[in-house]
Amino acid sequence: MGEKILMKGNEAVAEAAIRAGCRHYFAYPITPQNELIEYMAKRMPQVGGTCLQAESEVAAINMVLGAAACGVRAMTSSSSPGISLKQEGISYIAACRLPAVIINVQRGGPGLGNIAPMQCDYFQATRGGGHGDYYTPVLAPSSVQEFADMAPEAFDLAEKYLTPVLIFADGLLGQMMEPVTFEDDYGPQSDKSGWSLGCRKGRKNNHIINSLFIDPYVLKEKTEELFKVYDTIVKNEIRYEYYNVDANPKILVVAFGTVARVVKTAIDELKDQGLEVGLVRPITLWPFPYKAVKEAAKKVEKVITVELNMGQMEQDVRLAVGDTCPTQVIGKAGGVVFTPMEVISMLKENLA
Amino acid sequence: MKILAKRPKGLTDARLTYCPGCLHGVAHRIIGEAMEELDIVEKTIGIAPVGCSVFAYNFFACDMIQVPHGRAPAVATGMRRAQPDCVVFTYQGDGDLAAIGTAETVHAANRNENISIFFINNAIYGMTGGQMAPTTLPNMRATTAPYGRDVADMGYPMRVCEMLATLETPYYIERVSLLSPKDILKAKKAVKKALKYNKEKKGFCLVEMVSTCPTNWGLDPLASIDWAKKNMLPVFPVGVFKDEAKRQEASK
Amino acid sequence: MVTLTVDEHYCKGCGLCIVACPKEILQFARHLNEQGYHPVTCLDQEACTGCTLCYVTCPDGAITIVKDK
Repeated sequence: MGEKILMKGNEAVAEAAIRAGCRHYFAYPITPQNELIEYMAKRMPQVGGTCLQAESEVAAINMVLGAAACGVRAMTSSSSPGISLKQEGISYIAACRLPAVIINVQRGGPGLGNIAPMQCDYFQATRGGGHGDYYTPVLAPSSVQEFADMAPEAFDLAEKYLTPVLIFADGLLGQMMEPVTFEDDYGPQSDKSGWSLGCRKGRKNNHIINSLFIDPYVLKEKTEELFKVYDTIVKNEIRYEYYNVDANPKILVVAFGTVARVVKTAIDELKDQGLEVGLVRPITLWPFPYKAVKEAAKKVEKVITVELNMGQMEQDVRLAVGDTCPTQVIGKAGGVVFTPMEVISMLKENLA
Repeated sequence: MKILAKRPKGLTDARLTYCPGCLHGVAHRIIGEAMEELDIVEKTIGIAPVGCSVFAYNFFACDMIQVPHGRAPAVATGMRRAQPDCVVFTYQGDGDLAAIGTAETVHAANRNENISIFFINNAIYGMTGGQMAPTTLPNMRATTAPYGRDVADMGYPMRVCEMLATLETPYYIERVSLLSPKDILKAKKAVKKALKYNKEKKGFCLVEMVSTCPTNWGLDPLASIDWAKKNMLPVFPVGVFKDEAKRQEASK
Repeated sequence: MVTLTVDEHYCKGCGLCIVACPKEILQFARHLNEQGYHPVTCLDQEACTGCTLCYVTCPDGAITIVKDK
């Protein structure tokens, strides 16, 4: 375990990616994640890697497609509008069964929105933002340390299942500085020589990476194969955090990312006042922790989803909770961040 | 027993899916020959676009990938960094390269990416059934220009070689024709030169090949070649627009 | 002596080789190949000089030309 360093989220995840063996990063400037590409521009040459500023986010995701097809750890990052531009490329990477990591440091939306932190790309991230039947695993950090740790985790997940993986942060996490530590070694990369493109060194047949299947029966089969992989991911890779759920709270909150931290502060404050509130923090937004939310919901009178959008994750929460108990969503648009006081008064109202 | 001519090792033995008389097949063959002669079939990655040549991943014997419409030069850029010792070429039509993929083409050229772009210009969208392309000639009909391309409304045919030649960095840009055996042999030389430059890591090469589309031009293979000679070559003159190696030799 | 063979599997009867042949010894066959095209055949092997112009123009790599010593 390395020593603690005070770092911005954008820079911490970049450093962790490099330490995880990423040597190919392609991106385009967009606030609030400019420090990520700037950091890569400084660091990659020091480790013999590539940081290429592409002409657009579209070009950048296709550079990732090309590098990933050659069997290297490739990554791109952007923010909301830029991630929208990458959707076709991500759909291709998913269909071609290629590992890659995409970081979304979200900003205000829709349209140009603003550069304030938001969580309004939840649907885009968790329902497969591009065309076709596919999903991408989505990891949602809530601290700079977790943000950094997710770089190696995302690469391992991407290679284990041969899929693009999305790290789903927000402008607050990207810009915030917190002490962070790095492992010296994040473990080996998987062997990709069985399918990757490039100098054959004795390999007899050529490799073809393709997602075009004109014959509907073949595409049906290929997609069904892909969905078996998704079933396995849902079985093995769901991650969430329970906070104060075992103090038999009357209310359960579901929140992720930086909003979850604000909710934790409110929960601690209310606990001092003898009022118990529980929190389920989804860490994987896809696959969503439906069971964990449902189990926790059984012990409470009400489930409240708190998120920085007009209500997106709350649909998954309703799917999880069903008719176990009533649900409510407290959503905020515009990038206006919740304060602990706000959350405390809102919870108190519901506890009265 | 001496073989004077046979299918090159750079091609697979798959039957090409192009229409009878379509010169895509000629472009494929001279690329396959060049790869074989340069002995790089096992060191090359080919990139298939979206368009008539979308199935090219079945036709070239090297490693292949099929990529989103217009994005081949960007994919090639990513590969360039991941596999520096490979030869990387893209194979693109006029819609793929000069319409949706213009930015990727211009910037890959401007970065002097060590890749070869083989750009087949037949002034029409073939796969989708004959729509207007950026290289469609003035007054030439297409399904989306039923009254003929109106230059005042949709602009003049885009001359990609001339446009890219204004950039400082690209290494080699030539336009060739596939419209006669003589032209094809010259085109083969250009293709081989491009792949050789890549093998020697010299930089960005683009070979534009003036070609035909019998089906969507509504002409038989022979008549479409005559039409192309008469109408395409004046708008898209063949020639070398940039050749860094030659320029350096000349300046010595 | 030069032997020129046109592989019916590949030939699409586009006719470009017929025009390219200086000796005018290539012609469409009467029968149809499996794809429904009239494949090209060589009418007079002796007259073939092995210039390979037909191979050069063929878009489908259907032609093989061999020279026996």
